[in-house]
Parts: sequence; C-alpha cells; structure tokens
Amino acid sequence: MDLMSLTAVELGRKIKAKEVTVEEAVLAAFEQIESKESELNCYVTITKEAALSKAKEIQEKIDNGTLNGPLAGVPVAVKDNMCTTGVLTTCSSKILENFVPTFTAEAVLNLEKAGAVILGKTNMDEFAMGSTTETSHYGATKNPWNTKHVPGGSSGGSAAAVAANECSFALGSDTGGSIRQPSSYCGVTGMKPTYGTVSRYGLIAYGSSLDQIGPIAKDVTDCATILEAIASYDPKDSTSIKRDDYDFTSALVDDVKGMRIGIPKDYMIEGLSPEVKEAIMNAAHLLEQKGAVVEEFDLSLVQYAIPAYYVIACAEASSNLARFDGVKYGYRTPEYNELHEMYKRTRSEGFGPEVKRRIMLGSFVLSSGYYDAYYLKALRTKALIKQAFDKAFEKYDVILGPVAPTTAPEIGSSLSDPIKMYLGDIYTISVNLAGLPGISVPGGFDSNGLPIGVQMIGNCFEEKKIIRAAYAFEQSMNAAGKN
Amino acid sequence: MANIISDETIDYVGILAKLELSPGEKEEAKKDMGRMLDYVDMLNELDTSGVEPMSHVFPVNNVFRDDVVTNGDDRDNITANAPQKKDGAFMVPKTFV
Repeated sequence: MDLMSLTAVELGRKIKAKEVTVEEAVLAAFEQIESKESELNCYVTITKEAALSKAKEIQEKIDNGTLNGPLAGVPVAVKDNMCTTGVLTTCSSKILENFVPTFTAEAVLNLEKAGAVILGKTNMDEFAMGSTTETSHYGATKNPWNTKHVPGGSSGGSAAAVAANECSFALGSDTGGSIRQPSSYCGVTGMKPTYGTVSRYGLIAYGSSLDQIGPIAKDVTDCATILEAIASYDPKDSTSIKRDDYDFTSALVDDVKGMRIGIPKDYMIEGLSPEVKEAIMNAAHLLEQKGAVVEEFDLSLVQYAIPAYYVIACAEASSNLARFDGVKYGYRTPEYNELHEMYKRTRSEGFGPEVKRRIMLGSFVLSSGYYDAYYLKALRTKALIKQAFDKAFEKYDVILGPVAPTTAPEIGSSLSDPIKMYLGDIYTISVNLAGLPGISVPGGFDSNGLPIGVQMIGNCFEEKKIIRAAYAFEQSMNAAGKN
Repeated sequence: MANIISDETIDYVGILAKLELSPGEKEEAKKDMGRMLDYVDMLNELDTSGVEPMSHVFPVNNVFRDDVVTNGDDRDNITANAPQKKDGAFMVPKTFV
C-alpha cells in the first residue's frame, strides 16, 4: 500500500485503526522525499530526526487515547515563513539564512496539538513575493507534473510537496493568491480562509492586512479538516476574529441544489487561455447538473485590483521588512564602520531583487508628497472593490472563475517582466483585498498535461458555501474520472 | 513612459528603504519603478471622490486587555538570534561619535 498517495484524512483513519503506525507513515514520507527531492527541491529544511522522535510521542498519545483527531500522526510540511521553535525559518531569504525561532506560529502549534508530524519547511518565493518560487535564495522548486515548469508561488514548495506525495498535506500562506495559484498549477486543493480566521502570530509578515494562512491538500475533505484544526481566535493576533462556528467539515455534502453561482463576465478577458476557460465552463455545467443555478454577471473593477494590490502590499512590505536590519536576528554584513552603513549593507546584501523592488515601491508610495496620490488612492479603490463583491454576494452564494489565466509557465519565462507576472494574479488578488475566502480545486488538464485549477470565492465567513460547492464539483470530477 | 524617476528620487527612496544600490541596480530600479507607477496610474481612471480609504475590511477597533504583566523575563530567547550581543543586550556599532 502506498501510504503517501492516501489523503491526510484517509491516512489518519488508518493510523487510528492501528492499520498503520505513525512511524511507518513518517518513514514513508521520508522515503518519498529522499527519492524526489533532488529533482523537485520542495523543501528548504528537512527535520527527519525530530519527526521520527515526534512520531513515537504521537503514537503513545494515540495508543493511550489522548489524541484521537483526524490528523493525529499525519505527516505535514510547513511553509518556511512560519516560525518553528528550534527549526531554521528562512522565508527563502539570505537575510534569514541562520534564523532559528524561539517560538512557534499559532497555526503550527494548533497542528501540533492535533498530532500532525512536521517533516520540514517548504520552499517559497523570497518573503512570499512572487508567483513562481523562482525568487527563493535556495533555488527554484520544480513542478512535479513537468519539471521544466514552475510550481507557482509563493507557496510553491508546499503545493509541489503535496502533489509529489512528499507530505500528506501542507500549510501555505496567501497574500495575493500564494495558496490558490500554486495549488492550481500543481493539481492540488488549496484554500485561503476569510481574513482573521487563522492566527497570523508567528507568520513572518509580508502584507499584514492581506496575509492569511491556509491548507494545501489532496482534496476538499482534507482542506476542510485541516482548516478546522488550524483556525482559532488568538489574542496574540490583534486582527484575529472570534468566529461563531468552526465546524467546516459539516459542509462536506454533495448537494448544491438551489445554490446560486455567478461567473464574472469580466473574468473572460484577453489573455485567459481557452483551455482554462473551458475548464471553468465545464465546472459550471457539472454544478448546474446537480441543481445549482449558474449565471454570468458583471463584477466590475476587475483590472483595478492589481495596481491597488501592489501599492498596498508593497507599502505594508516596506514597513514590515524594516525589522530586518542586522541587529536582532538574521544576516549581518561582515564589513561596516557605522550603524547606518551596517543597516544598508545588511539589507542590500541580504534581500534579493524582487524584495528590493517591492520595498522601494512601497517606500515611495508612502513617502511625503505621494502618500495621497498612491497609497490612499489604492485604499479607496480597495473600498470600491469590496463594495463590488458585497453587491455580487447579494445575488450569489459562490463566485466561480479561474485561479490563473494559464497553466504553469516554463521556468525562466516570468521574472524578466514583472508587470506581466503581476497580471497573472488578476483572479486571486481581489479576494485578498476584500478579505474573502477562496478555494482552488483541480478541474482537469490542458493539452500539455498540466493541471488547471478552478476557483470558488465566497463571502466573508462563508467558507462552508465554497466547501460545499467545491466538494460537489470534486465528486462530479471523480465520477467522470477526470482528476 | 509617463513617470520619469530622477536620480534624486531613487536616492531618496534608497534612504527611506535603507538600501544601498549599485549604479547598475539604480538604473534598473528607476526603470522598474517608472513602469510600475505608469501601471498604477490606471487607478486615476476611477472616480474615488467621497470614498473613504479602507485600511481594513472589517470594522476593527483597538483591542484592549487589562494592564497586567503577562510575560516574564525572556531576554535569552529574545537575544538568541542576535548577530552580536554583549551582557544580554544587542550589540551594534557606535551610534554617537
């Protein structure tokens, strides 16, 4: 039996039933990592010894009944921007090449409480700034479906690790699509929850008003189960929200009768690949067959989300990344005479080109004389975008659309033209600006055999609606033998 | 391109961002930023008069708690990753000359 091709929930069930030990599961994961890693580079750090000793501890707790949840003993990979006590946390940057946190991110703690076993830390775009995982200081990650292609980003290591069975599931973070887009490119299921649902404590900040941690997994059931484990109100994150209901798995029902689904006409723009469009229309058709009411509508403002996002995200990044100065942690330049020279050299040597580009743009739009014209303008645009979604959700339960305009591009084809790369974020970015939940579900393949993701977007706090729609769609795809 | 970034502007941004750019990087940065701002200027097509800037999607108020100490002395953990430290404090080059 191939343990690593099981979903997290299936594997957890076998562990609970004593058909598989935690150690067997963890060893199976490392066997897969050892055979695939040289080709794919999904991980920055692998913690085999710690995982094996954790496996023993978890097994005891399962045996004596103190741990009985669905994820107990299941091997997980964590994106390298979440702090983990005693384990190197680099954000895929040189500036954190030696950073070993003395505390653990709340979402990761929640997973540990649920009994998941951490295998290591996954590769990403440096500081989560990118759409390809090529800006990592520790080398690019390859797409498991075709190693000439990128896995997407910024959670590319997490998505590729799930797709290549190098873990049972993974955590990612999503500031402008960084969970959903790599999930789409790697043919796995990834979900960004409503802003404030999962604590950001211990997540190294990029754009604080947009960042949100979420699951990357093999199917919708896993995503709902993992979200249930990691979501919590946390006083340590002042934007954390106390929700009435964390029972996401109750939405795993194959029933969309009467559900109102809207497809934005303005998503069907030039640049959208015909094969991706076909996959979206196929999803609409399958949901319609199950009784959903699907119609097209005008969302409006779609193209303005990208410039508004880049102003806001870069502004927040320039402020958040000011903490990396060679004083408290991380890299410090070896040669300096005085303090400011030390700051400048440390940062110039420690950050890569994309990070510098965004810090500079962010510093500019916040600077005196430009703040109103750029930063406040972007925040006003954000308010309009939120209103457009509010209006859409008066009519629809779920918005259906692409995750990205194309399937995974070839390695080396994106970074030379940043604006072109940013345009690829058009379908994911507005979801972050409006704080909404969104899920990417596999929706078939293109003619080159690369996966296509379908995105479902819900209103704030309505994860259950997108879980239900995604689950019903997944069941139809499975029945048709298309995934 | 509509937005021309001058040497003075890029030097000023370098000071704000605490980044030291090589002459080559500076030229690149001028071009990149000019192109990005041209793109961002698209937002001017939108009439946002009377629209309040939205910094947060939910009505978030200050989060208060009782003014009691909840954390103890965590000095060893806090300085554990310091590139240089001395007597339990972060060490930096002389700041007053």
